Amino acid sequence: MTALGHAAESGSSATETLLFRGASLEGTGALDLLVEDGMIVETGVGLSRAGATVVDVEGLVMLPGLVDLHTHLREPGYEASETVLTGSRAAAAGGYAAVFAMPNTSPVADTAGVVEQELALGEAAGFVTVQPIGAVTVGQKGERLAELGAMADSRARVRVFSDDGFCVWDPLIMRRALEYVKAFDGVIAQHAQDPRLTEGAQMNEGVVSAELGLAGWPAVAEESIIARDVLLAEHVGSRLHVCHLSTAGSVEIIRWAKRRGVNVTAEVTPHHLLLTDELARGYDARFKVNPPLRREEDVLAVREGLADGTIDIVATDHAPHPPEAKACEWQAAANGMVGLESALRVVQLAMVDTGLITWPDVARIMSREPARIGRLEGFGTPLTAGHAASVTFYDPSPVRTFSTHDLRGRSTNSPYLGRELPGEVRWTLHRGVPTVVDGALLDEPGVRA
Amino acid sequence: MRHLLDTKTLSRDAALRILDVAEDMADTQQREVKKLPTLRGKTVVNLFFEDSTRTRISFEAAAKRLSADVINFSAKGSSVSKGESLQDTAQTLQAMGADAVVMRHGASGAPRTLATSGWITAGVVNAGDGTHEHPTQALLDAFTIRKRRFGADSRGRDLRGLAVTIVGDILHSRVARSNVWLLHTLGANVTVVAPPTLVPQDVSAWPVRVLYDLDEAVAEAPDALMMLRIQIERMNAAYFPTEREYSRRWGLDATRLAGLAADSIVMHPGPMNRGLEISADAADSSRSTVLDQVANGVSVRMAVLYLLLAGERDDDGSAA
Repeated sequence: MTALGHAAESGSSATETLLFRGASLEGTGALDLLVEDGMIVETGVGLSRAGATVVDVEGLVMLPGLVDLHTHLREPGYEASETVLTGSRAAAAGGYAAVFAMPNTSPVADTAGVVEQELALGEAAGFVTVQPIGAVTVGQKGERLAELGAMADSRARVRVFSDDGFCVWDPLIMRRALEYVKAFDGVIAQHAQDPRLTEGAQMNEGVVSAELGLAGWPAVAEESIIARDVLLAEHVGSRLHVCHLSTAGSVEIIRWAKRRGVNVTAEVTPHHLLLTDELARGYDARFKVNPPLRREEDVLAVREGLADGTIDIVATDHAPHPPEAKACEWQAAANGMVGLESALRVVQLAMVDTGLITWPDVARIMSREPARIGRLEGFGTPLTAGHAASVTFYDPSPVRTFSTHDLRGRSTNSPYLGRELPGEVRWTLHRGVPTVVDGALLDEPGVRA
Repeated sequence: MRHLLDTKTLSRDAALRILDVAEDMADTQQREVKKLPTLRGKTVVNLFFEDSTRTRISFEAAAKRLSADVINFSAKGSSVSKGESLQDTAQTLQAMGADAVVMRHGASGAPRTLATSGWITAGVVNAGDGTHEHPTQALLDAFTIRKRRFGADSRGRDLRGLAVTIVGDILHSRVARSNVWLLHTLGANVTVVAPPTLVPQDVSAWPVRVLYDLDEAVAEAPDALMMLRIQIERMNAAYFPTEREYSRRWGLDATRLAGLAADSIVMHPGPMNRGLEISADAADSSRSTVLDQVANGVSVRMAVLYLLLAGERDDDGSAA
């Protein structure tokens, strides 16, 4: 029994047959979709099926269920911020069907035991597939490799390894990690941050930090690590993934590396596509994040990089924190923002409404490619018969003020509160099981009022 | 005036109002009985998260000479290491009925967070926040420059056309930031002189000229030369090789002192590292305004507290 099948069975309406009528496939042609036993069994125009529940989704954008390669679920250890259940609910509300859980929990997910625990918690929650990411080094300390093979061979089938929150800074450890995971088609997802160049860093180093008197986090601290890592990946013929790339220079380096044929992929967060370091001026710690918000030029460069394929995916870096970690002086505040509930809406605002990309691109950067990079089977697959029915139905037309009512996780540290965002997730299906119905998150997967 | 958080957003008129009220306050300090009844019944809290005896006693003297009640709240170390959050500290002061909070904090922006959080209704005076600003220091420096230049004819005047050169650790200096904005607002031409490592990486938005050579700056005969305290710990973070080298290149020694124009003044916010950024000759010379600055500090802080607590409150930051 796979984890996925288990989650599907836990929903009481797993056997409910659903016929979605008139959705717009990735924003293009209209299509009906028949879902049964967790699978797409038929697509076409004018479908009918006796006993099926018919859902009118005319005009909604139909996307393969979203996949987030970069989520912090905080459990075990930091349940005051988020749990696997609350984070899974936030994900479903944002249109996600699968999330990759970063290992900076307590204990750190650096053993087969912890990643299997994470997997089991995700199965029990049932809103999304929770795919654990394993730590690269023991305790994320950057000193010794964790048992990467044991995590790969565990029931959690870990393929993505990251010390996210910390950079695998030691070049020798990074080289060995890149080499080692080739044995099981793994990938190292690097948090690119030179620790010496960012000691005490509080925000992007530039015009604004000079005025605010906050210690600077220079772009070069990210770019120098990315440059080193793409050269290492080329040298040893390994697969590298760059987390939350944030600067114009980083885009240039990735572009150069891809031209050379380096096996590198890169992600950008929604907030780096929209927000700039000007927001630090009020010292409101909701805007404190790592890597920090950058300049307008950087925002435009990462948008362009995402549009031209240099950057492969959007990942949320959903990072919940309790109120006391943000309602304090900037320097004492925690880094991070919640992002699962707002990601698709922000991508629409920054990328689609600006004409930089189209809905098929959204399907690629928020579902197909993250699933492929993370080797997560059954996600990001075509919306055709014979594939698992993880689907997001999205209405891009409404524009509303983002508020705490939009947040479904345990924490409210969103930078978008009070800001107008377009769009609404109308339905989310996780392997055929509804988690969001008519814009409302269900209390339990598949259980409709 | 609702709060005094920075000089960046202080208008020329608001700044001149403070300086002119400070002139009035200075006059009262020449009397035998220095105490005024103006703020009787008001409570001023000195909330100091960092040790700073000089600034604290200056504010304390200012508040007491205006007959305010003064509570000194010393929270050494950061609020986090102390275990109490800024929010809880602020709400405690609110419950005690503070009318004004004078705050010194090691974190840049902490006074703004206090002022905008809704935790407290008191006016907030920034008495130095991290490496951000120290607005009353800049105001007392401007007051001192004006007084030296215009004497009894100071009221209503700005610093148009005067050249002020600030020397030292610009990167980490809240005094430098507050002076840059205020002196510029008042019309002065500001030059900063520092090792390149101690200038912020991007000062393109600052209304200043940056020089690395102190001799060149001295030869330009500035009206005021402001020496900043250098922290010897900076040496360990590779900002400069040794204190001797710093002193040779960026210290105001006897030779450079002699090279200054006849009417140039030498300023220092204190406490001084004699022999490092400033020689004893310079510190004790007749050009030195170090003790004037201390005396003027009380007058300027009296003016700020007066405008904060006795004036009409408004929210645009200007003096009422």
